[in-house]
Amino acid sequence: MNAGTNAYVEFEGVHKSYDGETEVVRDLHLSVQEGEFLTLLGPSGSGKTTCLMMLAGFEAPTRGAIRLGGRTIHDVPPRQRDIGMVFQNYALFPHLTVGENLRFPLEVRGMDKAVAAERVRDAMRLVRLEGFEARRPGELSGGQQQRVAIARALVFEPRLVLMDEPLGALDRRLREEMQFEIRRIQRTLGVTVIYVTHDQQEAMVMSDRVAVFNRGRIEQVAAPEVLYEEPERPFVATFIGDNNLLRGEVVDVDGDYCQVDIGEHTITAFLVSPRAVGDTVVLAVRPERIGLADEPGTYGNEFVVPISDVIFLGDHLLVRATMGEQGDFVVKIPNIVGHGAVLPGDRVRIGWTATDCRALVPDED
Amino acid sequence: MLEHANLDTCGSYPQRGRMTASSPRERASHYAHVAFCAAVLVFLIAPILVVVPLSFNAEPYFTFTEGMLRFEPDAYSLRWYASIVEDEAWLRALVNSLGIGVSATVVATVLGTLAALGLASPAMPGRPLVMGLLISPMVTPVIISAAGFFFFYSSLGLAQTHLGLILAHAALGTPFVVITVTATLAGFDVNLTRAAASLGAGPWRTFRRVQLPLIAPGVLSGALFAFATSFDEVVAVLFMGGIDQRTIPRQMWSGIREQISPAILAVATFLIAFALLLMGVVEWLRRRGSQAD
Ligand SMILES: Nc1ncnc2c1ncn2[C@@H]1O[C@H](COP(=O)(O)OP(=O)(O)OP(=O)(O)O)[C@@H](O)[C@H]1O
Ligand SMILES: [Mg+2]
Repeated sequence: MNAGTNAYVEFEGVHKSYDGETEVVRDLHLSVQEGEFLTLLGPSGSGKTTCLMMLAGFEAPTRGAIRLGGRTIHDVPPRQRDIGMVFQNYALFPHLTVGENLRFPLEVRGMDKAVAAERVRDAMRLVRLEGFEARRPGELSGGQQQRVAIARALVFEPRLVLMDEPLGALDRRLREEMQFEIRRIQRTLGVTVIYVTHDQQEAMVMSDRVAVFNRGRIEQVAAPEVLYEEPERPFVATFIGDNNLLRGEVVDVDGDYCQVDIGEHTITAFLVSPRAVGDTVVLAVRPERIGLADEPGTYGNEFVVPISDVIFLGDHLLVRATMGEQGDFVVKIPNIVGHGAVLPGDRVRIGWTATDCRALVPDED
Repeated sequence: MLEHANLDTCGSYPQRGRMTASSPRERASHYAHVAFCAAVLVFLIAPILVVVPLSFNAEPYFTFTEGMLRFEPDAYSLRWYASIVEDEAWLRALVNSLGIGVSATVVATVLGTLAALGLASPAMPGRPLVMGLLISPMVTPVIISAAGFFFFYSSLGLAQTHLGLILAHAALGTPFVVITVTATLAGFDVNLTRAAASLGAGPWRTFRRVQLPLIAPGVLSGALFAFATSFDEVVAVLFMGGIDQRTIPRQMWSGIREQISPAILAVATFLIAFALLLMGVVEWLRRRGSQAD
C-alpha cells in the first residue's frame, strides 16, 4: 500500500477525461510493486480499461503522472514501453499462425531465428499448447486462443503484463481453470501483472492486492482478505461479498468503538475512521457473522426481529428479517440447526459482536 | 461500389423467389414479377450484347445481314479482328491504355489506401468533410473534372503528356479505392494495431504485417475499379491527351467519327470480355474477403 520509492508502476494524481467534461478517472493514486499481481476490480464503466490504456500508452492522462520503473513514461510511445498486453477480445492476428503470432514480437526485436524458436517453444509449453504452432487462431477454442494471447504477451519477457478481462468470454469451468493457470504462470515467471475484472470472486482468487474502482476513483486497495474483513467504504463492503448496511447517527464515541442510533435500536460498532457525535455512519455487518441468540446475552448487540422469509440452501439457511424502518436484513445460518428451526413469521433473537459491525463513512452521492 | 450492391441483391433474390406462391393469383403475380425483372435485365444488357455477334459480320455494316440472320457460316468472319490486330494505331492505343491504366492504378491505390487508413483513425478531425472531398471526383460530372484537369495541367505544362493523363486518371480512380478500403477497415479490429504496437512494432511494420494482409481484398478490388475507370475513360483523354496519348476508348471515338468500320465492334467485344474478367476477379476477391472473417 505505501507508495515507496521502489514502486514499479506508479499512478500519481492521474485524471482522465475523454470529452473535456466528465472525468472517467479522478485523482488516481496507485503503486504496484515488482512481481505483484494487482487486480483492478470495479463495475462496468468505472474506468478500469482507461487506466490500462493510459499505462500501455494508447491514451494520455489529462493530468497527473504515470511512472514505470521510476521513469515518467508520457513521451514514450506504446511500442517502446515493453509492456505485454492481453486484450479482452484476444486481438490475435487472424492471418498468422499461432507460431507466427508468438514470433512477431521477437522478429520486431531482431532476435536470432534459433533463439526465437526456442522462446516460442518455451512459451507454448508454459501455456500447455505444445503442438498448436501451425494452427490459425480461428481454428482454436476460446480458451486456447486465450492462452495464445497470454503466451504472446509473455514471450518477449516484458517485466509488466496488463490483462483486460481476459477471461470474460469463457464459461465458468474454463474460467476457473484459466484463473489458476494465469496465477501459476505469473508465479513461475515472477512477472508483474495488472489484471482487470469486474468479477469479485476472480479478483479474490488471483490477486496479491485488489484495487476497488468506483466511478473513476479507487475506493480501497488491499489484499483480498483485508478487503473482505476490513472494508473501509460502504461500496467496498457490498461489492466484495454480501453485507447488511444500516444507516444511523453516532450518539457516543468510546475509543475504537461507538454507539449508533439506527432508529429502533442503538448498536455498538467498531469505528473504522474517526467520527464525532452527531455524524452519520453506515454500519456493515456480514450475514454470516450474525447468529441466533438462544439465550440473551450471547452477543454484544442483540435484537428480536420478525422473520419474513427463509430460504433453504443445503449447507446454510438464508434468513430474511426486517430491521424496523431500515428494511430487509439478511442472516446466513449454517445448517446445524436443521431445516424448520426458523420459520417465516417467527420472532427471533439475533445478534452479533461489536467487532463484526463496522461503522463506515457514507459514500458521497 | 454500384456493382457490389447489384451483385448482393441478385445473390439474395432467388431465395426469396423460391418461397413458392400457393394461390393461382399469387402465382400469376410471381410470374409477372419474374418477367418484369427479366425485361429489365434485357433492357440493360441487350445493347451491349448485340455488339458481340455484329463484330463477326463479314460485311462492313453495323446491322445484321440477311445471311447472319439465317446463320450462314459465310456471313460471319474474323476480318475485323484481323484488321485491329494488323492496325498499328490500335496496338499503340492498347499499349497506352495499359501503361496509363496501370500507372494511374498504382497512384490511386497508394493514395486511396493511405487516405482510408487516415480516415479510419479516431484522432482524425473533420472526417466527413475530408471524406466528401476525396469522393467528389466520383460524383462531379466527368466533363467538369476533365475541363478542370485541362486548364490546371495546361498551366503546369502537363497537358498532352502521359504524366498528366496518369494523374488525372488517378484522381478519378482514387475515390473507388477510398470507398472499398474504408469498407474493409470498418470490420477491422483496432485492438490488432494496438496489439502490434504493444509487441513493439512501429507503424510501417504494423501496416505491412498486420493491416495490409487483412485489408488486401479491399485494396485489390479498389485497384481493379481504379484500373477499370482509367481503362474506360474517354472524356479526360479527349481534353488532355495529344496524338501520343491515344487510348483504346479514344481510338474508338475517332474510329466511329472518321472511318466507320465494324473494327470498333471487335474492340468493343474485346473490352466486354475484359470487363467481365475484371468483375469476376472482384467478385472472387469479395468472397475470399468475407470468408476470411
Ligand atoms: N474512447 C472513449 N471515448 C469516450 N469515452 C470513453 C472512451 N472509452 C471509455 N469511455 C468512457 O469512460 C468511462 C470508463 O470506461 P472504461 O472502458 O475505462 O470502463 P471499464 O471500467 O473498463 O468498464 P467495463 O468493465 O465495462 O469494461 C465510461 O463511461 C466510458 O463510456
Ligand atoms: Mg473495460
